Amino acid sequence: MARHPFFKGKGIKLEKAFIELKGLTKTFGAQQVLKGIDLSIHRNEFLTLLGPSGCGKTTTLRMIAGFEEPTSGEILFDGIDISKVPAYKREVNTVFQRYALFPFLNVYDNVAFGLKIKKMDQSMIRHKVLHMIELVGLAGFEDRAVTSLSGGQQQRVAIARALVNEPKVLLLDEPLGALDAKLRKGMQTELKKIQKEVGITFIFVTHDQEEALTMSDTVVVMNEGVIQQVGTPEDIYNEPENRFVASFIGESNIIEAVMKKDLLVSFDGFDFECVDKGFKDNENVEVVIRPEDIDIVKQKHAKLVGVVKSITFMGVHHEIVVETSERDYLVHTTDYFEPGLEVGLSFEPDDIHVMYRMDWV
Amino acid sequence: MKHFSKLVRPYLVWMVLIVVLPLLLIVLYSLTTGGNELVNISFTLDNFKKIGEPVYFDVLKKSFTLGIASVLICLVCGYTLAYIISRQNEGIQDLLILFVTIPMWINTLLRTYAWISILSDNGLVNKLLVLLGFAPANLMYTDIAVLLGLVSDMLPFMVIPIHTSIRKIDPSLIEASHDLGADNIQTFIKVIFKMSIPGVINGVMMTFLLSISTFVIPKLLGGGQYMLIGNLIETQFISVGNWNFGSATSIILTLIIIIGMSLMRKFDREKED
Ligand SMILES: Nc1ncnc2c1ncn2[C@@H]1O[C@H](COP(=O)(O)OP(=O)(O)OP(=O)(O)O)[C@@H](O)[C@H]1O
Ligand SMILES: [Mg+2]
Repeated sequence: MARHPFFKGKGIKLEKAFIELKGLTKTFGAQQVLKGIDLSIHRNEFLTLLGPSGCGKTTTLRMIAGFEEPTSGEILFDGIDISKVPAYKREVNTVFQRYALFPFLNVYDNVAFGLKIKKMDQSMIRHKVLHMIELVGLAGFEDRAVTSLSGGQQQRVAIARALVNEPKVLLLDEPLGALDAKLRKGMQTELKKIQKEVGITFIFVTHDQEEALTMSDTVVVMNEGVIQQVGTPEDIYNEPENRFVASFIGESNIIEAVMKKDLLVSFDGFDFECVDKGFKDNENVEVVIRPEDIDIVKQKHAKLVGVVKSITFMGVHHEIVVETSERDYLVHTTDYFEPGLEVGLSFEPDDIHVMYRMDWV
Repeated sequence: MKHFSKLVRPYLVWMVLIVVLPLLLIVLYSLTTGGNELVNISFTLDNFKKIGEPVYFDVLKKSFTLGIASVLICLVCGYTLAYIISRQNEGIQDLLILFVTIPMWINTLLRTYAWISILSDNGLVNKLLVLLGFAPANLMYTDIAVLLGLVSDMLPFMVIPIHTSIRKIDPSLIEASHDLGADNIQTFIKVIFKMSIPGVINGVMMTFLLSISTFVIPKLLGGGQYMLIGNLIETQFISVGNWNFGSATSIILTLIIIIGMSLMRKFDREKED
C-alpha cells in the first residue's frame, strides 16, 4: 500500500536521506502493530506522523528513539543501521507523550539533566539551560518543583529538556496534547520557529490533522500500521491517494465513480471532465470533492441538482447539506441558502480529485 | 459523622486498658524505687542514671553498633535483592516477593534454631568444612552469628518497602533518562535510586527498630553472656527482678526509637520538598 510520491509536489529533496526506515515491522504478542514502514526523513525536515489513535505512531517513534526493537526491518542513520544501538547512544531526544519529567528535580535540574550527563562545563550548562528555559517561556520558574507546574508548563519543560541537548533529531509525541487551543497555537508557532532557528529534524506525532497541515514540511498519514500517503501538506490535502486519507484530512465528499478514460470520470449518472489520467479505462475509482470547492448555482447551470437539506453557521462559513437523488453533498460557502431551496451544484475539472478505490476501509 | 464517634468508645476503653495503662505503669516504675510493691514507693531518677554506668553503657553502645551494622548489611543485600526482583516481569515479581516473605510466616524462635543447627560446632557449615578438609570454625556465640541471625530476620522488612518504591517508578522516567544520554549505571544512580529513597527510609526505619529491640536472636546465637538492650531489659524483668531499672531502660529505648523515627520522617519530608 505504501507508495512514495516523495519527489512529487513542491518539497523536492534530492540530497541523501538522513534517517531511513526500511520495512519496519513490530509485533506485540499476536498483534502486528506495524506492517512494514518505509520512510525517508531528511535533514532539517519537519515530518509529522498523522493517524488515528492506535495506528502505531508512538511505536514508530519509540523504535527510532531506541526504546523498542523492531521485529524486522532496519533503521538507518546516515546509512548506518542503528536498530541495535542502545537508546542512550543515539543522537536523538524525545518529548514524551506524558512528559516523563523527573519529579525529584526542579525545573532547572530537569532541563540540565542531559548536559550534566555529558559532563559539560558548569557555567556552560547554566548558560544553556537558562537560555532554553527562557525560550520556552518559563523564565523565573527555574527553582519550581515540576510537580507544581500546570500541564502546559510541564510540557514546555519537557520540550526544553530535550532541545537543550541540541540533538540531530527531536522526536515529539503529541507534545501539545494537553494545551488549550490558544496556548497550543502559540506553541505551534514557537516550535516551528525553534525548529527553523536551531535547524534540527523534527519527527512530530499528532492525531490533529490541522496541526499536522500547518506545521509540517512532510506529512505521513498512517492507518493500522500502514503508511497511507507521504507528501507535503498541500499534496495530502489536495491530492489524497485514497479514501482513508481523504476522509481523515478534513471533510470531503467521497464518491464512488468510474474512470471512463483519461480526463473523463463518471459518477451520479453524469460524465465530468477532470484533470486526472493514468487509470485504466472504465476502472472503478473514487472521487474526492472538497466542500469548499463546490459552488451552489441555479439549477439550469448545473448537472447535479438537489434541495438544501440543512444549513449550519460555522463561524466563517456555512456548512450546507444538499440532498440529490444519489447522495448528500457537503458544501462550504459564505453565502446563505434557505433550507428547501432547489439548487444546482457546480465544480471545475480541477476540483475533482480521482483516487484508487480501496475496498478495505 | 458525629454520631459514629460513639462507636469508637469501646475501642478507646481497650486502648487505655492495654496500651496506655501499662505504659503509665512503666513510667511509674522507672521513676520509683521499691521493686514491684506499689505500697511504699519513693520517687527517684537513679534508675535512669544507672544506665550511665560502664557495664550498662557498653550494652547500649554494643546494641547501637550491632543495630547499625545489621541495618547496613540489610540495606546492601535488601536493595540488591529488591532491584533484581524488580527487573523481572510482573508474575515472577509477585512470586519472588512471596518467597521473600515466607520466613516471616515462621516463628522467630524456630528460625533462630535453624541457624543454630547450621552454625553450631557440629552443624551444617562445620560438617562441610571438615568434609573439605578444613579445620572446623567456631561460629556460634560470636558477633557474626548474631549478625547473620539479625540480618536474615530483618531482610524482608528491607526488601519489601524498597521493592514497592522501585516498582512504582514510571518506566518512562527510565526511558527519559536513557534518552538524555544516561547509561544503565548513571540511570540507576540518578533516577532509580533517587526514586527509591522513600522505600529505603522505610526499610531502614523498620529494620533498625527490629534490631535494636531484639532479644531472642542475641540470646540464642550470642549465648548467655551476650547482652543487647533487649536482653538487658529481659534480664532485669525476668531474672534480676529489678523492674525499676528495667522500666527505665525500656523508656530510654522507646525514646531512642521515637527520636530515630522522627529524624527519618524529617529527612523523608525534606526530600519531598
Ligand atoms: N508494549 C506494548 N505491548 C502491547 N501492545 C502495545 C504496546 N505498545 C503499543 N501496543 C499496541 O500497539 C498499537 C499501536 O500503539 P501506539 O502507541 O503506537 O499507537 P498511537 O498511534 O501512538 O496511538 P495514540 O494516538 O493513541 O497515542 C496499539 O493497539 C497498542 O495497544
Ligand atoms: Mg501515541
